[in-house]
Amino acid sequence: MSKLLQKGWRPAAVLLLLLCIWEAAVHLANIPRWLLPAPTSIALEFGNGFGGLMPHLQSTILLTIGGFLIGCTIGIIVAIVLHMLPGVQEAVYPLLILSQNVPIIVLAPLLVIWFGFGLLPKIIVITLVCFFPVTIAAMNGFRTTPSEMKHYMLMAGAKKTQLFAKLEWPHALPAVFSGLKISATYSVMGAVISEWLGAKKGIGVYMTLASSSFRTDRVFVAIFIIMIVSLVFFGLITAAERWALKWREEES
Amino acid sequence: MALLKIEHLSKSFDHLHVLEDIHLHVNAGEFVTILGPSGSGKSTLFHLIGGLLKPDEGKIRLNGEDMTGKRGLISYMPQQPTLFPWRTILDNVLLGQELQGKRDEQLAIEMIEKAGLAGYENAFPGQLSGGMKQRVAFIRALLSPQSLICLDEPFSALDDFTRLEMQQWLLSTWTTYQKTILFITHSIEEALFLSDRIIVLSTNPATVKQEFIIPFERPREKSLILSSEFLQWKRELTESIFER
Repeated sequence: MSKLLQKGWRPAAVLLLLLCIWEAAVHLANIPRWLLPAPTSIALEFGNGFGGLMPHLQSTILLTIGGFLIGCTIGIIVAIVLHMLPGVQEAVYPLLILSQNVPIIVLAPLLVIWFGFGLLPKIIVITLVCFFPVTIAAMNGFRTTPSEMKHYMLMAGAKKTQLFAKLEWPHALPAVFSGLKISATYSVMGAVISEWLGAKKGIGVYMTLASSSFRTDRVFVAIFIIMIVSLVFFGLITAAERWALKWREEES
Repeated sequence: MALLKIEHLSKSFDHLHVLEDIHLHVNAGEFVTILGPSGSGKSTLFHLIGGLLKPDEGKIRLNGEDMTGKRGLISYMPQQPTLFPWRTILDNVLLGQELQGKRDEQLAIEMIEKAGLAGYENAFPGQLSGGMKQRVAFIRALLSPQSLICLDEPFSALDDFTRLEMQQWLLSTWTTYQKTILFITHSIEEALFLSDRIIVLSTNPATVKQEFIIPFERPREKSLILSSEFLQWKRELTESIFER
């Protein structure tokens, strides 16, 4: 805890300073609430409306976790398949990159037209933003397996599955985790965007309602909630990484 | 009886003739060293024995059976320790067994302790020094179920002090566990100190130039390398290497 305090006081101080400047600026310049609310009024709105927010938050978190798990699983499977089949990798790699060039905002309404308002188009959106960082990171991890280790395994008579399970996979794990961390933060964004498409509940819905009724304070509440959820998610993955990669900690 | 027998082995890459008509054998329980300058094709020979490469001509037999191009029939210790950083020392040592089937943790722990690494069973390789890592790599090779161990210049990356210590440790461990060793080195002293028999290779292409049976009694002590007999042998081997 004291370590957290020691490391965390600098960014916390900067954040606090920024909020103070914001607060002061809003009051001094007399900016109307619908244009830019002060941090205190955002906090107030957060406190008052928390009960009504809960169902939205819950739905977004569930969607995020579901989409993240599916997206990352697909990402890892794609990486493994492409690694095992170099020919396919060459053929498909440009397609992978192109998939990231399609603007999600444009694609999302199309997905609704194709698949309706159910869960499927939402999961597709999240998967699309989630799988890419994981796939690229995992593939890179597999590829950079030290040749002398591979050489040892082959000399010792390792089969292809053993080579993968005992060498390439554990070697790629740190890389996979950095991919997962990026995907974790993306997945929250993906969930919110997918909720814009049409959902009954969710932070995305709450946000759309708030902005169309000029409740700017609520928009900011939504923004802060998204940030906090992303941070928590990131923290969870980091904790899982620490646990799975104990050997790295002890090395240093 | 010859455990490993290499007959008429030749290998070339494109136009580069690396090995030509190599003949050699290793008897069960013997310590044989292949001595040759860097780039003499020693590693290629190991890759052939290990089955990573296929020879252009010739056969490699293990216990009389043809093992040319087959993998996993020998145990191997590379130049670098190549321990897996995510495995504990115990798991690293058991890797060779794991690939072939069963794990024998009891024996592994016993060997780790005998190697002076007691208490490190659950440590990770990153916490070990260079000499300790090589010990672990050798135990891994010893624990592998295959009867022939091939060591590819295992001590070349160590400093002189550690190397001498490691050589002696290797000898005592080898006597305890009675395995057959085929050792590659470019160090004349190392070859003399360790082996029962030394096979000198020539370069470009590599052929077996000469074979020496080393008569020093075992167990061998460090002081051996300063004896006049040892120095006499060293002279003879050096001459054999430089002779064209």
